[in-house]
Amino acid sequence: MTDSQTAAPQTATVPAPAPASDREPLLRVTGLTRHFPVTKGLFKRQVGAVRAVDGIDFSVNAGETLGVVGESGCGKSTMGRLVTRLDEPTGGKIEFEGADITHLGVGAMRPYRRDIQMIFQDPYSSLNPRHTIGTIVGAPFRLQKVATEHGVKKAVQDLLELCGLSPEHYNRYPHEFSGGQRQRIGIARALALKPKMIIADEPVSALDVSIQAQVVNLLDDLQQELGLTYLIIAHDLSVVRHVSDRVAVMYLGKVVEIAERDSLYASPMHPYTNALMSAVPVPDPRRKERRERILLTGDVPSPLNPPSGCRFRTRCWKAQDICASQEPPLTAAKAGHQVACHFPENSATE
Amino acid sequence: MSINDKPFLSVRDLKVHFPTDDGLVKSVNGLSFDLEKGKTLGIVGESGSGKSVTSLSIMGLHRAGGKRGAPQISGEIWLDGEDLVAAGPDRVRKLRGQKMAMIFQDPLTAMHPYYTVGAQIVEGYRAHHPGVSKREARKRAIEMLDRVGIPQPDKRVDNYPHEFSGGMRQRAMIAMALVNDPSLLIADEPTTALDVTVQAQILDLIRDLQKEFGSAVIIITHDLGVVAELADDILVMYGGKPVERGPAATLFESPEHPYTWGLLGSMPRLDRELQDRLTPVKGTPPSLINVPSGCAFHPRCPYAELTGGRSTTEVPVLAEAAPQHHAACHLPIAERHRIFADEIAPRL
Repeated sequence: MTDSQTAAPQTATVPAPAPASDREPLLRVTGLTRHFPVTKGLFKRQVGAVRAVDGIDFSVNAGETLGVVGESGCGKSTMGRLVTRLDEPTGGKIEFEGADITHLGVGAMRPYRRDIQMIFQDPYSSLNPRHTIGTIVGAPFRLQKVATEHGVKKAVQDLLELCGLSPEHYNRYPHEFSGGQRQRIGIARALALKPKMIIADEPVSALDVSIQAQVVNLLDDLQQELGLTYLIIAHDLSVVRHVSDRVAVMYLGKVVEIAERDSLYASPMHPYTNALMSAVPVPDPRRKERRERILLTGDVPSPLNPPSGCRFRTRCWKAQDICASQEPPLTAAKAGHQVACHFPENSATE
Repeated sequence: MSINDKPFLSVRDLKVHFPTDDGLVKSVNGLSFDLEKGKTLGIVGESGSGKSVTSLSIMGLHRAGGKRGAPQISGEIWLDGEDLVAAGPDRVRKLRGQKMAMIFQDPLTAMHPYYTVGAQIVEGYRAHHPGVSKREARKRAIEMLDRVGIPQPDKRVDNYPHEFSGGMRQRAMIAMALVNDPSLLIADEPTTALDVTVQAQILDLIRDLQKEFGSAVIIITHDLGVVAELADDILVMYGGKPVERGPAATLFESPEHPYTWGLLGSMPRLDRELQDRLTPVKGTPPSLINVPSGCAFHPRCPYAELTGGRSTTEVPVLAEAAPQHHAACHLPIAERHRIFADEIAPRL
């Protein structure tokens, strides 16, 4: 089993957006679920489950960026960990380049790890403080036993330069760098094996505004230079709008809306997306008087016991009886725009 | 601001320096501002710009003496006619909670996990109202929780902080801060740890409460969107110094300082057309031990050469650029306006 599956991805180390088959997405996720069991008592009897990710479908095409937004606890980070196989899904299917990687073991997964890399949120805890930058960025080469043309050191220094750092940083330690530089180190490490896909979980949220823009631009440049495919998870709607081609909005473990970026931001259809967008503070004091803001009341319900039917109904101003009894499926409301709502907004405008 | 009366809060040439093994960290290095009751001042800056240190020194919360010695605080902080820098710790302790109160960024670490939310509010109330009975104080706590929008306050008062969600904890902390009707409220990144929908609720709450109590509010944040929502006046800090100060409307419409331009240019904005690229500020924030000579921003400033070398040798002071609008920049005002109109405004 391992032999036949490892052969394909290992030969394809060229970073170009491999158009293997024209319409086959690079990553396809169907019905993905992750329930964390809640146990009680001496025998760890399961009394419930935190339904962190509860049946989501999406696909990412080669060379594009899919942004995933949602509030804390909506399952977006868990989704990222499932796709990178850092966590074991309880159900559903993850296909990478057509191959099912949902339940591969550590050894069988290893060849795919070269193609799917991750950038983490916190540049302070995702770098080992006892290792030099050379060791950190060079680790992927050693772990995957990849031969480099002019040695690992040269390869690492090239990567550092690619990410806007100086090759002299090779022998330094993480504490000598600022937050933005550390995030660049994390990016260099993710790029070491020339992956096809990068999953970035809140890549800029720990950084200062002026540094945030530097890292966003770097991710942009790298995508164009290396033909990368991104799955970017973030809570900041304006950052996601800036980096994404398509955007998925998550709420309580479900995708409630997924659409082309321009379509989503110009005419959001799900009430939740609408509320999210109207809540973003805008640096323009004159606007605060004349804009209409949708104020959601209360907090996100517990994923231990999500509301029946539509999960957003408890905070939704449009909710009716059907919302409690029937769960709205994610359906295409217009070209390139899917929404899961019984009473979508902006649908009549087109 | 009248001329004869002193403003309610007046900070004059505040300096807060911390001695460390590596040298003196000049966290705040010459800051002055005034604030009237009923007004909101937004202090904006990146990490390490000195904005939080400023708020902690107003509250008198810098530890008097650590292993490496006490922070060196100089200058004047006049609160309602009383200098807090010169006042003794006992006096500041009396004022803290009573006359000035603070909302912290992370309500989970700012609250005590072993005591119920109600007990913590009651403690703050009784500390400043010694004659009040426990029963009355509890009633007051429930009243405050109700006022900040916590449902079923008579039950929630007996909950522990971990039983609250992030937004509710922040509400409870606001209740705690306002229990003694302080006339100065300092909110240090009050919504940074919250989700956008909850952030909008909390910002609305702070605005409503200010209208109701008429207190002076200082809101400290790195998010220009948040200050635009709340502040009447804005102070932009960089490297421990103010670089620009002015009314919110004019500061956002015609910012004067290149650093403010940089901040505005590096934010992706939902209310504007999508740009191909963001325009970041190059480089990294300065070290507060070896602050760059002259203008602290000059190594990152794209226009530093236009000042004929003054940027590297001379420290700029806040100077009036428009009525009530001050900026600390060596560029001539006409030149600044030309650059802003030609190069910056089209990108924003």
